[in-house]
Amino acid sequence: MSQEVQTIEKVSEPLFSKKNRKLLTDPLNDNNPITVQVLGICSALAITVQLKPAIVMSISVIAVLALGNVIVSLMRNFIPSRIRIIVQLVVVAALVILVDQVLKAFVYDVSKQLSVFVGLIITNCIVMGRLEAFALANTPWKSFLDGIGNGLGYAAILVAVAFFRELFGSGALFGYKIIPDSWYIANGGFYANNGMMLLPPMALITVGLIIWLQRAKNTKLIENA
Amino acid sequence: MNINSNGYTFAFASGMVIIVAAILSVAATSLKSKQDANVVLEKKQSILSSIGVAVERDEAGAAYEEYIQSEVVLQKGMVVDSAKECAFVLDLAEELKKSAEERRYPLFKALVEGKSFYIVPMRGKGLWGPIWGYMALASDGNTVYGATFDHKSETPGLGAEISTVAWQAQFPEKKVYSGESVALTVQKPGKGTGEYVVDGISGGTITSNGVDAMLKDCLSAYHAYFMTSAAPKSAPVVDTVRTAIDSATVAAIQF
Repeated sequence: MSQEVQTIEKVSEPLFSKKNRKLLTDPLNDNNPITVQVLGICSALAITVQLKPAIVMSISVIAVLALGNVIVSLMRNFIPSRIRIIVQLVVVAALVILVDQVLKAFVYDVSKQLSVFVGLIITNCIVMGRLEAFALANTPWKSFLDGIGNGLGYAAILVAVAFFRELFGSGALFGYKIIPDSWYIANGGFYANNGMMLLPPMALITVGLIIWLQRAKNTKLIENA
Repeated sequence: MNINSNGYTFAFASGMVIIVAAILSVAATSLKSKQDANVVLEKKQSILSSIGVAVERDEAGAAYEEYIQSEVVLQKGMVVDSAKECAFVLDLAEELKKSAEERRYPLFKALVEGKSFYIVPMRGKGLWGPIWGYMALASDGNTVYGATFDHKSETPGLGAEISTVAWQAQFPEKKVYSGESVALTVQKPGKGTGEYVVDGISGGTITSNGVDAMLKDCLSAYHAYFMTSAAPKSAPVVDTVRTAIDSATVAAIQF
């Protein structure tokens, strides 16, 4: 008996093998869901006016992605291929409704802030994309890592965009004033908040600038002419 | 077993739907009481914040019992109901859809440190969705003591500014009624000042206009009631004496 267990352990790869670690780190930079695959853009534009909702949204997406990936991966050998997209949608929708109900019951303020965006996680292309492209063909543990990795990649961009939009649009971070009141023109200073930063177009431009920066720095992403 | 056969596909789909439905309904029913409690406490919290009582959500229930003395429901300026929590459970959004004849208005009466206040709930339309608020008036039924506003989906940084303390701080000491009508106005900054004027939000014009319309719509119905029940405005000296007596009597009744 003990010999059998040992051989099985030898065959299975360690939990954080190099390959598995890559599942976590790849989406942060080389294969970022927002800046490289350009998925999940809608929510990146909509909820990055302030840092706090952006962070809560990121956490919700990470949770839904990781859990959805694991569930679909567990069911992958039983799902009829003709209705696999519908099955994925049902899994994601059920998870999102559960997240929404739990937020409403236990962290009411946060759920008020996110309002409709929690529901929009269902339509977030990253979630469906990872289920279809990864979870359907891989083991639960790998799918879990892939979900966490992609969620973190999404979160990194969201937080970066929200940081710049809140700082330049409202002169604050997490709702706390950063720019001193005496700087403002209304108080005899020289500074005015940029109202454009509060509107969705500037989020798109900010994401564009981040993509530019990333492509300039990361040689793997430079396409050969 | 062939997992791509029609029979299996049907069975899988039906089974999945039943399981998911069961999970969701269990979650919804078991969390419902907690969610409803949150909504009720939030409403109590914002009613209290209009009279300057800031409490944590968990303590809003007890504080509400302490400060809100009575509640009435008005119809055509007359009291039609004065049961406990009758104003609290009245859905103003539903009432505003009815014709003016049938419409009923909730009113709260609060007592803070010996002073009594009226609290008028308001509800209107912003740029993207509903806006609402509570207006606390002093015992003369005319001077604003405090106001809170909130919104469902106004633009952050522009219309959404109505829910900030800085904007609401303009309201105290303003007057509401001039003659029979509501004179309190929200208008573009720089177009005039005075005891009836509140500066709107630059860049949030439609939301500011929404607040203005909401003030006129919701406050006008209370004028008749305030005329009959509040202290008369014509004699200011008598007014203060009477208010003092009023609060002394109320305080005496309390002890």
